[in-house]
Amino acid sequence: MSYKVTEEGNVSTVFLNGEIDMDVTEKAKEVILPLVEAGKEVHLNLKDVSYMDSSGISVLIESHQKALEKNTKVVVKEVSKSVLKVIMMAKLEQILNLE
Amino acid sequence: MNLSEAKDFVVSTASLKEVRDFCREIFDKINLPQEQKDELVLAIAEAAQNIVKHGYKGVEETTDRMEIKISLKDNDLEIGFFDKGKAVVPENVKHRKLDDIKPGGLGTFFIKQIMDNAVFKKDQNGWVNHLVLTKKI
Repeated sequence: MSYKVTEEGNVSTVFLNGEIDMDVTEKAKEVILPLVEAGKEVHLNLKDVSYMDSSGISVLIESHQKALEKNTKVVVKEVSKSVLKVIMMAKLEQILNLE
Repeated sequence: MNLSEAKDFVVSTASLKEVRDFCREIFDKINLPQEQKDELVLAIAEAAQNIVKHGYKGVEETTDRMEIKISLKDNDLEIGFFDKGKAVVPENVKHRKLDDIKPGGLGTFFIKQIMDNAVFKKDQNGWVNHLVLTKKI
């Protein structure tokens, strides 16, 4: 997995790339959670994420819940078809902010 | 088409990509919709992840290996997982309730959603655990 972060005002966009499994979830959290902790609105762009397993889904849930605690939000954007299927299997499409 | 292929992997999160690549190579030989292949890869990767995460919980690093065997006979797909981690008590293998939104506990749910059956067998042959996932494809 690789990533890129861009900032615009109070919005940080994290572009994740590659496959997100248990081996890289700590790295993903290290990138995303400090932005949420800082009260930023975080956009996770998943257009280049080709695979995500339950560990990756856990990162999305944890980020979302942390954002609620911090009165901000995490928006999940441009989800690839394969990742959307996993999100839907977990019945999270109504819980996460998907755009 | 009938086939049977097996491969062993170091029990480590770093092996999970290798597990997926092994599965994808095999499923590429089978005439299945891509969506179904992706689901099967996910189910297998989740079961392998459970070995790393739960079977070796608290173990920082190990040289132990796990074996995955994929067999297809007629339309019956069978995937065997062999490991030497902590003995699994099948009754304790549960996924979290879906409406209890929290990180974790989804891997087993995905496996159950995707596969027809998941059973721990007693014929370990020197291994500690032998999980068998089956699906009619």
